[in-house]
Amino acid sequence: MNEKIILSVENLDITFRTNAGLVHAIRGVDFELPAGKTLALVGESGSGKSVTMKAVAGLLDDNATVNSGKIFYNGLDLLTLSKRDLRKKINGQQIAMVFQDPMTSLDPTMTIGAQITEGMLLHQKISATDAKDKAVELLKLVGLNEPEKRVKNYPHQLSGGQRQRVVIAIALSCEPKILICDEPTTALDVTIQARILDLIQDLQKKMGLSVIYITHDLGVVAKVADFVNVMYAGKIIEAGTVDEIFYDPRHPYTWGLLLAMPDLDTTEDRLYSIPGSPPNLLHEPIGDAFAARNRFAMKIDEREQPPMFKISETHSAATWLLHPDAPKIELPRELRLRLERARKAANL
Amino acid sequence: MNNPLLKVDNLHQHFKISRNFTVKAVNGVSFEIFPGETYGLVGESGSGKTTIGRSIIRLYDPTSGEIIFNRSKISGTLNNKTRRMLRKNMQMIFQDPMSSLNPRKKIGDIIGEGLDIHEIYSDVTERNAIIAEMLQKVGLSPAHAERYPHQFSGGQRQRAGIARALVMKPKLIIADECISALDVSIQAQVVNLMKDIQAETQCAYLFIAHDLSMVKYISDRIGVLHLGYLVETGTTEEIFSDPIHPYTKSLLSAVPCPNPRVEKFRRPVVYDSSNVNYSAATVQKISDTHFVLL
Repeated sequence: MNEKIILSVENLDITFRTNAGLVHAIRGVDFELPAGKTLALVGESGSGKSVTMKAVAGLLDDNATVNSGKIFYNGLDLLTLSKRDLRKKINGQQIAMVFQDPMTSLDPTMTIGAQITEGMLLHQKISATDAKDKAVELLKLVGLNEPEKRVKNYPHQLSGGQRQRVVIAIALSCEPKILICDEPTTALDVTIQARILDLIQDLQKKMGLSVIYITHDLGVVAKVADFVNVMYAGKIIEAGTVDEIFYDPRHPYTWGLLLAMPDLDTTEDRLYSIPGSPPNLLHEPIGDAFAARNRFAMKIDEREQPPMFKISETHSAATWLLHPDAPKIELPRELRLRLERARKAANL
Repeated sequence: MNNPLLKVDNLHQHFKISRNFTVKAVNGVSFEIFPGETYGLVGESGSGKTTIGRSIIRLYDPTSGEIIFNRSKISGTLNNKTRRMLRKNMQMIFQDPMSSLNPRKKIGDIIGEGLDIHEIYSDVTERNAIIAEMLQKVGLSPAHAERYPHQFSGGQRQRAGIARALVMKPKLIIADECISALDVSIQAQVVNLMKDIQAETQCAYLFIAHDLSMVKYISDRIGVLHLGYLVETGTTEEIFSDPIHPYTKSLLSAVPCPNPRVEKFRRPVVYDSSNVNYSAATVQKISDTHFVLL
């Protein structure tokens, strides 16, 4: 790739101390984000996607230990910075975050205006009046009507969609380079979701942002992402461009995710579901963590973790099925039909 | 067709907030649910879908309108006998499996609470046998009865919520956004479980959701709600292949489709609801099962 890489994470490994023992939440994560592009991290709850992004944003809880790994932002390793330096230079100004639930991520006792200007007054040499003007401008940018009035409102006076727009305005207040959206639309319904996603895409174009989405909704991924990383049990198990993941997935877990997503075109009256549930990372999984839920699992899956097998320059997946010695398997019928349909609809 | 199990006729549900402000959450909604079928109720937040579910099961007192369930009138003042019949035959599965299970009770006792109240068993062995059977039916193990809600994952907790609803062998289950708090792969497990249970027990579902793609999988008929009015109702086939109302069309177009090349060039239909007046609209018949408010 010849684009500039704005963020790269190498071999990140994080454990949490809990009452029950050590939880190995992130077990070696690598990825890169090219400047101006959109990356989606996909996976079930507990797969480690939020923890990975919290590590990037420097927001890990106190009981987390980073065992190894590097997070480079423009050549600077964020993990070597002190918490103070991180707050002063990176958080908010370079990397900003939009949280999942707009109901809880705003302060109910502060006006919208005060919450938007808070970061600016802290980080930039800017007068209170200028900051306020900028807050109004930001509210206009995120598509809130009557912004002059809105800055005096409190969060409870706004609807869920409006609140999420305010959260986005706060994230953008210090003109960050990277915007991390942690399930930005899960708490909203479909019509509002579409508008918020359009807004983020629009802002991305205007401001040249690089965006990372954390989501489990593959419909959202299809709409916004350039690159997709699928996470399972603290590891990235498949990575590729959005086309590669949706039209040519290789990991059985990705297959399961695609099949579990209801598709308005299918006539099948039963949904495919991935059997079982994700492993408990209190106990380190032996072999491939997905093996117990994988009907294509082989003997080696129980003993050894599969490495990332490269499929193309941009596409790789961690499954022994891609090993040259692995037996050829037939794709499940429903998946084959669905992929054929998807390719046909996309004129591929 | 045979007699409807539930008949909602011209239901209004208003909430008086202050002397001069009333929220009109539901305005004249009528629909029917037949035994053993699934009726999907969809709409954006604030459209009144949850309110309808709660009015039917009488967590609210309907402002006006008539609800007939199992051949008895359950709107207005309830006498003891009707109330017991209603509580026994209609059950609810709630949205958030974290907050709808009492954290201080064991799963077995949560499931058994209805049995205790209605004295459905003759001795403790029978009670525990019923609970164990229920747990097995929803894919948990009988040993789980001794555990507390926090010891379960979200999907398992929702299964416990389903078991609690099912143990009374209800004729109608109101499922209020019961899968939207779950992960995609777990959603599929729960929806499949609900379908299996329906095939086995012939219970009817009122399935309330905002996710149209899931509603399509489970429902026989669908009602689309907007601003407290039922703007369109029809069979799943009719709603998805031949939507008439502009709001239904916009709702359908907002469902993201898991196909990047298609999705990236698709523009959702925008529906401007700022100056619609549904109270002046009349119901138009499209077919025997398909009605639109225009």
